[in-house]
Amino acid sequence: MLRRGFVLALVLAVGLATSASAQTPGVTATEIKIGNTNPYSGPASAYGTIGKALGAYFKKVNDDGGINGRKVNYISYDDAYSPPKAVEMVRKLVEQDQVAALFQTLGTPTNTAIHKYVNSQKVPHLFVATGATKWNDPKNFPWTMGWQPNYQTEGRTYASYILKNLPDAKIGILYQNDDYGKDYRKGLLDGLGDAAKKLVVLEQTYEVTDPTIDSQIVNLKNSGANVFFNVTIPKFAVQAIKKAHDIGWTPTHFLNNVSSSLGTVLKPAGLEASKGLITALYMKEVTDPQWKNDKGFQDWVAWMKKYYPEGALDDQANAFGYTVAQIMVQVLKQCGNDLSRENIMKQAANLKNVELPLLLPGIKVNTSPTDHAPIEQEQLAKFDGERWVLFGDLLEAVRK
Amino acid sequence: MPRAWTVGLTVAALAIALVLPFTLSNFRLFQFSQVFIYAIALLGLNILTGFNGQISLGHGAFYAVGAYTTAIMIDQWSVPYGWTIPVAGVTCLVVGFLFGIPAVRLEGLYLALATFALALAVPQILKYFEHWTGGSQGIVLSKPNPPWGLPINPDQWLYFLCLALLVALFVLAANLLHGRTGRAIVAIRDNAIAAQAMGVHTALYKSLVFGVSAAYTGVAGALSAVTIAYVAPDSFDVFRSITFLVGIVIGGLASISGAIFGALFIQFVPNWAQDISKAAPWAIYGVFLIGFMYVMPRGIAGSLRLAAARWLRRRAEPVASATGSRR
Repeated sequence: MLRRGFVLALVLAVGLATSASAQTPGVTATEIKIGNTNPYSGPASAYGTIGKALGAYFKKVNDDGGINGRKVNYISYDDAYSPPKAVEMVRKLVEQDQVAALFQTLGTPTNTAIHKYVNSQKVPHLFVATGATKWNDPKNFPWTMGWQPNYQTEGRTYASYILKNLPDAKIGILYQNDDYGKDYRKGLLDGLGDAAKKLVVLEQTYEVTDPTIDSQIVNLKNSGANVFFNVTIPKFAVQAIKKAHDIGWTPTHFLNNVSSSLGTVLKPAGLEASKGLITALYMKEVTDPQWKNDKGFQDWVAWMKKYYPEGALDDQANAFGYTVAQIMVQVLKQCGNDLSRENIMKQAANLKNVELPLLLPGIKVNTSPTDHAPIEQEQLAKFDGERWVLFGDLLEAVRK
Repeated sequence: MPRAWTVGLTVAALAIALVLPFTLSNFRLFQFSQVFIYAIALLGLNILTGFNGQISLGHGAFYAVGAYTTAIMIDQWSVPYGWTIPVAGVTCLVVGFLFGIPAVRLEGLYLALATFALALAVPQILKYFEHWTGGSQGIVLSKPNPPWGLPINPDQWLYFLCLALLVALFVLAANLLHGRTGRAIVAIRDNAIAAQAMGVHTALYKSLVFGVSAAYTGVAGALSAVTIAYVAPDSFDVFRSITFLVGIVIGGLASISGAIFGALFIQFVPNWAQDISKAAPWAIYGVFLIGFMYVMPRGIAGSLRLAAARWLRRRAEPVASATGSRR
């Protein structure tokens, strides 16, 4: 009993002496713990490669000596894209593993399930891997921050292009029946404003579990639409591009960024059929030959070969993981020696004009305490049968 | 097993369950709350499949209906969550009974397919009634605080709430299954024609059992909505239904205590599998499954019962031979 009292006193004394470290869960003199959940199994397991790429990048960082002398201990659990599982795994990360911050937890429903919890626990919930708009809400959720340009922003980008360049547009929309699809749709309709009623001739939806969307494409063609806003994930994007081509429907075809990958969408759909597609990009497409001699791209390939050889070199998700891991490292570097959760959050909201090797030239990462949307620039690109050709200027998202 | 044993073990298990909240971390308590919730759902399914012989691949659907009943009542009408749990149970009782009426005509595998269709349909139906269900965004709830100023934290409170409901529902199920009704339910499973000849109204019984089973699973769903504080269609995919079936088979068909073993299995084994191999957790899970089925073909509860019986017989043997020699 006496001994326990002594130990307690000692712990208290040490705790007081190094009060900074007492308030910094997940941080020791040699290590910083970062937590993550990813769908390594289940319906969305194709995204799991992002979680693995993140781990591979931190391995490189550690091999290079870590961050300010500390190694990153990256802990990633499988949530199978199931909200209850995500809650369990995130609670494990926060309460048992005592991570300093959560990083790149993947999925809109899974992040929604933990949103309130992490904010009540005051754990940094950084650069979540979902394009929903709600992560940029620092007033109500000061501990959560998004990453990629959100879907509404992108939808508005297309709308402004349509209004400017396609006055006779008759727009047909195909979107996935969930908030991913609805966010895009809302962005487009908001961007079109009052013209939306006149311009949009038909809207079609599909469920992520549907086997095919052929009938929706046929309906859209029959509606007389000459502009096609295609809000589909890769599997359905391939089907849509193919089907439209097969039935001889040649609208001005806007394809959402989610499915802009040359390797996983355009090639399977057929390069001829993909000609003329328009999308909005913010990253260098890794299968695009125009980046072959780009330093950033070459570094990425070298890293892939050394640290993640089992990952696919034509999968954009691996470039995505590489890039977002770099911004996390930037935040931790900015923290210096104060790795308290407060300071990690403060530095995450203090990124100024950061450029990353695989972002399109000119795109800068910016955050502030009132702006939790790191990337808000995109550029339109047209597919010429071989590669995405960027055109026009970088488009800033108009904040509403 | 002698009755004294069952009582003793139950009391011991309860005592442990009551001490746990004051020794374990909140995260572990959360996990055990999940175990209790699963156990209630599994008991529901076991009443239907284990005792009554009707296979359901769709109990995830009732779990979802229960969860959404609670979530919608809290979200739309600000009903205190305590009241929503019995309502969720009754709603599922009615839905299950109604589904059970046509299901009476379907036997074995055909019923399995019909219920499977239910499990497939529910996530999409939930999205359809977006105004109520929040569509694919789901409904975010607040985690309840302990009532009456109890000096415990929310995780401890939810643990006790789940435990109390688990015990109450288990006692209820035991009473139901050990009596006259229970014999009728089992008789229908063993030989429906003979049961009918004995005067059991098989159609009515089957529908009722379906309703009761759904009600249990619905209560479990309601509790899960309260503890997770979020419902979304992604939480109730087909895999959930299959997991329940795995749980009752592993735990022990037609066994009340089997539900708890099954719940422990479906809660913890996937996590262990992940700890063993990040690359192929479900392959490891599969190995566990096959291993359990091979070593304990009658489920955990069934095998424990067998082992106990064997041990008792061996202890009784000398006595038996002694009486034999006297004869």
